[in-house]
Amino acid sequence: MIRDITLGQYYPEYSIIHKLDPRLKIVAILFYIASLFVVKDFCGYLLVMLALGIFISLSKVPLRFILRGLKPIMIIIMFTFLLNMFMTSGEILWQWKFLKITQEGIYNAVFMALRLVFLILGSSMLTLTTKPIKLTDGIESLLKPFKKMGLPTHELAMMMTIALRFIPTLLEETDKIMKAQMARGADFETGSIFRRAKAMVPILVPLFVGAFRIAQDLAMAMEARCYRGGEGRTKLNALKFKRKDAVAALIMAVYFALAILDRVFLEGLDAVLVHLVIK
Amino acid sequence: MIRIENLVYTYRHGEDTDVIPALCGVSLSVEKGSFTSVIGRNGSGKSTLAKSINALVLPTEGRVFVEGFDTQDESALWEVRQRVGMVFQNPDNQLVSAVVEDDVAFGPENLGVDPDEIRKRIRFALDSVDMYEHRKMAPHLLSGGQKQRIAIAGVIAMRPDVIIFDEPTAMLDPGGRQEVLDIMHSLNEEGITVVLITHFMEETVKSDRIIIMDNGRIALEGTPVEVFSHPAEIEALGLKLPFAVEVAAGLRRNGIDVPEDILDTEELTQYILQRAARSEPAAVH
Repeated sequence: MIRDITLGQYYPEYSIIHKLDPRLKIVAILFYIASLFVVKDFCGYLLVMLALGIFISLSKVPLRFILRGLKPIMIIIMFTFLLNMFMTSGEILWQWKFLKITQEGIYNAVFMALRLVFLILGSSMLTLTTKPIKLTDGIESLLKPFKKMGLPTHELAMMMTIALRFIPTLLEETDKIMKAQMARGADFETGSIFRRAKAMVPILVPLFVGAFRIAQDLAMAMEARCYRGGEGRTKLNALKFKRKDAVAALIMAVYFALAILDRVFLEGLDAVLVHLVIK
Repeated sequence: MIRIENLVYTYRHGEDTDVIPALCGVSLSVEKGSFTSVIGRNGSGKSTLAKSINALVLPTEGRVFVEGFDTQDESALWEVRQRVGMVFQNPDNQLVSAVVEDDVAFGPENLGVDPDEIRKRIRFALDSVDMYEHRKMAPHLLSGGQKQRIAIAGVIAMRPDVIIFDEPTAMLDPGGRQEVLDIMHSLNEEGITVVLITHFMEETVKSDRIIIMDNGRIALEGTPVEVFSHPAEIEALGLKLPFAVEVAAGLRRNGIDVPEDILDTEELTQYILQRAARSEPAAVH
C-alpha cells in the first residue's frame, strides 16, 4: 500500500507539452507565476485563464486529475478567502458585532483565492507534464552559470537522481520494518497523535541504518562503474532546444507582454465594473 | 589476464584494535576467457579478493595486475575499472537511475562515450541479458533476477574484458538464480572472462577452475573433477559437495560405476535413466 504514493505526480502522456524542453518549462512556469502578480484585475485573470486553459488542453492531462492537486491546500484557500472577506475595510454591506463584510472585502477575497488556485494549478502542471529525471536535467542545465561561482551543479543533480531512484526502495524498507515490528506486537494505529509519533521512532532508527548501508553499497557500485564526478562525462539524453521550444517561448513572451499591458492600461477597470454591478 | 602475487590485505576496526587479516598471501592467475569460481564460507576473504581485482580494495602487501596494469598505480585506475566490471550481491543497491536504460548508460556516460555509441551499447547490453523490452521501466518494478540482469547489462555496456560476480545470486529466488547463472555462462561463451564469487557449490560445477578459500588463503584449487575428489577436505572447510557428486559417490560405493565427469543433477539423471533402460528395463516405471 505504501508503494502507491506517487511523488511529483507525473502524468504519463504523449503531448506536445510533455515533449517540450524541461528548461523552457521551468522558466515558463516562473514567468507564469510572475504574471499572476503582474495582473491586478479580472480582465487579467481572463487572460490567465485562457492561457492556462490552452496549456491544460494541449497537455492532455485530465482536468479532474489536475484539480485533485487543489485538495490538500483547500484549507489555505478558504482561510485566505475568509481573512480577506472580513478584514478589508471599505463600504460595509453586512455587519454582525465585530464581523463585517465590505464590498472591497468580497472583491479581494475572490481575487486572492483565485490567485492561489491559478498558482497551484499552473505549477502542478510542471511536475505533471515533466518526468522527475527530465526536471533534474533541466535544473542542472539552468544552474550551469552558477557553476563558476562554485555551485556543485552536477553533484546536486546526481543527488536528486539518486533520491528519486531510492524513494521506492526506502518505502519498501519502511514497509518491511513496520511489518516486522507489527509481527512482534508494535502498534502504529491506536492512541493519541503523540503516542503514534512515538511509535514511529523505532522505525526511523533501523531505516536510517539501512539508508547508510544502501549508500555505502551504492557508492561502491558507482565507483566500480568508473564514476568520478561530472568531469569528462557525457549524457545519453542531452537536452536540445528545438523549434517547438522556440515557438513555445515566443507564445510565453506574448502572454507576459499582454499581462503587462493589462496592468498598465486596464488597471482600475474592475472598480468601475464592480460599481456598475452593485449600483 | 589477471595476475595476483602474494596478496595480503589487513584492516582494523578502529585505531586501537588489533589488525585483522582478510587475505594472507594469495597468489593466482586467471586465464583470458576462462570461468573461475571462488568459493568459501563467510569471512574466508573471497569478497575482499574480488574487490582487490578492480582496485576497490588496494593490497596491503603484494600486487595485483590486470592486463599488465598494476591496481596500485593511480593513473591506471580507470583503465583497470573499465576492463574489470563488477556485479554485486544486492540488486537494489547497485542501480543508480530510476529508468532501466539510463542505468545501463551510467557506466558509458562516466567513460565519456558518445551518446550515439551509448545507445548502441544499451541495445547490445540489454539484448544480451534479454531485457531490451523493459528498457523504459523503473527498476523497483522488476523482480530480483531481472534487476540483477540490469546490473549485468550496466557492466556489459562498459565493454569489460572480465566480469567479477560477487555473490550475484545470494539474494535471489531459485528462478532468478538460474537466470543469472545462465547469463554468466553465455557471456563466458562470448569470450568474457568470468570470476564468480559464491558460496553455493552447485554453481561452480560448470566452471573451468574452482578455488576454495579459507581464512584468507587458498585451501584447494583445480578443475571441478579434481576439487570434488577431495570430499573430506571440502567438508572440513565447512562446504558441501554438489548434490549430484555426492549421489554419484554413493552409487560408486555400491558398485555402480558412474563416470568421474558427471557433476550436475541433470547429467546424473540422464546417466541413471540410460543405465536403467539398458540393464533393468522393468525397474523403470
